[in-house]
Parts: sequence; C-alpha cells; structure tokens
Amino acid sequence: MRLVVDLNKCQGYAQCAFLAPDVFAMHGEESLVYNPHAPEEQRERLARAVAACPVQAITADGLDGTGEQGTGSAQEAHDAR
Amino acid sequence: MPADYVDWLRREGRIVIVGASLAGLRAAETLRAEGFAGELTLIGDEPYEPYDRPPLSKSVLLGKASAHRTELPHRREIDAKWRLGVAASGLDLMANRVRLADGDEVEYDRLLIATGVRARPWPKPEEARLDGVCVLRTRDDAAGLYQRLKAGPRRAFVIGAGFAGSEVASACREMGLPVTVAERAGAPLAGALGGVIGAVAADLQTENGVDLRTHVMVTALEGDPVGRVRAVHLSDESVVEADVVVVSLGSQRNTDWLAGSGLGAGPRGIACDAGCRAFDFRGIVTDDVFVAGDVARSPHALFGYQFLSLEHWGNAVAQAETAAHNMICHGAERRPHLWMPAFWSSMFGVNIKSVGVPPMGDQLMITQGSLAERRFAGVYGHQGRIVAAVTFDNTRWLEFYQRQIERGAPFPVEFATVDRRPEGRPMDADFPDPSLPTHGPMVTLSGYSPADQQLVFHPARH
Repeated sequence: MRLVVDLNKCQGYAQCAFLAPDVFAMHGEESLVYNPHAPEEQRERLARAVAACPVQAITADGLDGTGEQGTGSAQEAHDAR
Repeated sequence: MPADYVDWLRREGRIVIVGASLAGLRAAETLRAEGFAGELTLIGDEPYEPYDRPPLSKSVLLGKASAHRTELPHRREIDAKWRLGVAASGLDLMANRVRLADGDEVEYDRLLIATGVRARPWPKPEEARLDGVCVLRTRDDAAGLYQRLKAGPRRAFVIGAGFAGSEVASACREMGLPVTVAERAGAPLAGALGGVIGAVAADLQTENGVDLRTHVMVTALEGDPVGRVRAVHLSDESVVEADVVVVSLGSQRNTDWLAGSGLGAGPRGIACDAGCRAFDFRGIVTDDVFVAGDVARSPHALFGYQFLSLEHWGNAVAQAETAAHNMICHGAERRPHLWMPAFWSSMFGVNIKSVGVPPMGDQLMITQGSLAERRFAGVYGHQGRIVAAVTFDNTRWLEFYQRQIERGAPFPVEFATVDRRPEGRPMDADFPDPSLPTHGPMVTLSGYSPADQQLVFHPARH
C-alpha cells in the first residue's frame, strides 16, 4: 500500500508511530520518518494511523474511504493501475 | 473566447500534462475530480509512474524505505494515457503540439507544464563522469547513492550544504560514515535561512561528527587510473580523500525543451500569472498554456508581487490544483495561486520548518526558545513586516506565525510569546550576498517582469 505524509501539516504528534510502528517512526523529537510503501499485513494498523492523525496529514491508497480528507473523501477508491 | 468553448473542452477536449511527478499527478486528479471528461495525457521523461521525492534523501538513505517504492498514492482514478520514459523535446504554440524525444507529437487543446527541476551537475563533465560522483534527485540516483554508502566508503564528501546536502550528511553520520561537507557560504543553510540560523546548523553538523568546511569551494575532483574518484581539491589548497562525492549544488529548471517556443521560459523557470497561465516571451499571457510546480515562477501579493520560484512539495500540490481548476473553468471562476511558501527538512534528528520567504527578510528575531538549545521559533522581518518564520523542533507554533505573515503583522513583533528569552532581540539575519551564485535557496525572488529571464552573476568581492 502506498502512502504519503504531508510533512507541512505534520506536527509530530506521533500517533502514527504509536499505532503503526513498522511504518512510521520518530527521528528525534518531532521529525517523522516513514516507509512510503507499507506491506499488506500493515493494512489495519495503517488505517488506524491515518484515522488517528490529529492533523490528517496521511494519505494512503487502498484503504477505502480513509485516504485524502475533505471534499474528495467520498471519491476515494482503489486506483486501478 | 466563447463561454461554450469551456463546456466543449470539459466534455471532449484534449489536455496534455508535461511532467509526470507530484504536480502532474495532482493536476490530473483535480481535472477529473472537477469533471473533465475529455482526453488526458501525461508525459514524463522518467520511466516510472509519479513517485515522491522527499523520502529519497531521508527514509531511503536511512534504510527505512526502498528507493524504488515511493510511488505516490492516487487520490482518485484519473483515466489517463501515460507516455512515460520519453521526454518532451519541443513545443509548437501555433499548432498546439508537444514534440517528444522519440519523434512523436501530441496535440492539445490545453497544456499544463510541470517539468520541474533537475539536479545541477558538477560543472566539469570529465570529473562528473568519475565513478563515485553522484547527484541526488531521482529514485535511480537515490538507489545508487544508498548502495554506495552501504558499501562503506572510507569517506563521503558532500559539495554544498543546502538542505539536500545536509540531509545526505546526516544520513552518512547515521550510517557511521566519515563525511566532509564543503560550503561556499559561511554556514550550512545560509542561503535559505541566513547566517544566524546557519550557525546553528553548523554546530549541529560538527557536533554530529561532520567535517564541515565553510568559505571554501571545490576546485577539482581527482580520479584514480581506473576512473574512480579518490580525492577532492578545495580552494584553500587542502585535499580530502573520498570515494563517494555527492554534488548538491541545487537545481536547474527543466525549460530547455521550450527554447524557441515563444514562451517566457528560461533558467529561472516559466513565468505565469497568479492564475497559473504562462506568459510568452513578450510578457503577454497565453490562453491555453498553464504552469505548475518547481518550474513555475509566479507573482505573489504577499511578497510585493515579485515573481516567486518555489521548490517546495506543498507548492507543487497547491499550484497543480489551482492550475487544473483554472484550466477547465470559466474566467470568472478562476482562482489565484496565493500559496504560503512552506517547507520542511530534517537532519540529525532535528525537524526544521519554515513559512514565508526567509531570504526576503533582513532582520531576524528569535521569539521563542533559544538558538543554543536548537529548539526555537524565529521570525524574519523586512521593511517593518513579518515576511517569514522558521522553527527548529517547534513546529506546532508555525501556523500562528503563518497567520502573522498573512496579515502583514509588524516587525519587530509586538505580541508576547511563550518562552521568550533575553536573546530575542531583532538582529541582522545575515544572508549571503544574493548576487553570488550558491547552491540555491529553494525560494527565489526573481523580480517584477515576466520577461526578465536573465541570471546576472557578479564576481565575488573577495
């Protein structure tokens, strides 16, 4: 599963690093380092991290309705490539 | 232009996007999200679908991600024709055609140019070809550099201590590798954040074991008899042995393919209006050519309507969305691109963020925390206004400062702040002479004229 974090939005709350530690890690006090390609077995943890981010900075595909927030969220869908 | 042209365009027009990276992808998604039902083509010179670049100098070099697995998630289905692995080589504005490097041509009704930038190579080609001399921009660059660093070179050498160079140095230290960094200015990040903040970055590097050399230039790269780099010669006559050399001298805008097209495109980018419409070389706005991302330079109301060139991830997204919206709507519904410049970097475990245009500021005031603790917020002032802010490990305050910039708040700041220290008095921000060529500050103020494309370099004063 692909993901991207808008690090302009990210404020280092570290919720994602707590909920999906194999995908997200803090590097220092507030820098986030993440793997943009999460393995399939991380799906559930990743979905929780996306939902829990206080600033909604994480976009992931293949998570049905948990991707980009805002006006487009209803249109989020698997991207057939 | 008749109003029904836009209706026709939305229904069955042909939109071509040149540049298949972050800006190109987000523009394509926005076009579809806003109802564009015509034919959409994305052209990209790399053979890969759009991937994210910031992880390449961070997670990838830290070994936490693969260079070949940073493809961007898609926000929606875009139903596009992809022409990947073939660069655009020319533009015919009269015939509405993009020429491709393989000889093919693609016709458009509206065109979006998002060709971005490339790494500035080492200027001496025979030295640049030495084995072990690298740049870092693409995922192939990142994969190659990671392999070289992982192989355990005796020493890595980074030319240029901007953000990218400093991030590479940080990764080297994380891997336990000896690394030397050479910077022409007096400190790392000085071009982007000024010498006062640069001094903090310099301490950060040296305390983490980087052999930092400032006020020096690299004069030559020396190879061994089989063509591998083995040493770096500096302007202070010193010689440093190294088997990996990372050239981190900023970037060049991918506008060469537009030479002779009639567009206002040059080394500083492609000039466009606030609505992302490209100017031609006469300074007249075009109707069907739009620009977004690193390759664009557009006027910004908050910064005196000077043209701004921004090599920022967030700008690429925001400008792509605005350009795409404006491409398929009626004139009165167009939006201006007035994004607040913002970027981040992280090095040696410190999170560095900024909003606004720091190099426009001449004064700096540390409003929270302290430079010595490397946890602070600072604001930049120009002509009595706040024009930028920077934080080291203090990101949660940044939005507050962004609002101050947006409302043109006075500088020196009049409000009280949490954790104000005695050192928080206005001082000279100490930016290097902007007429000196540097690795590039990532935000460039490039004057008032859409037709001004000249880069004027003045010789050094010393």
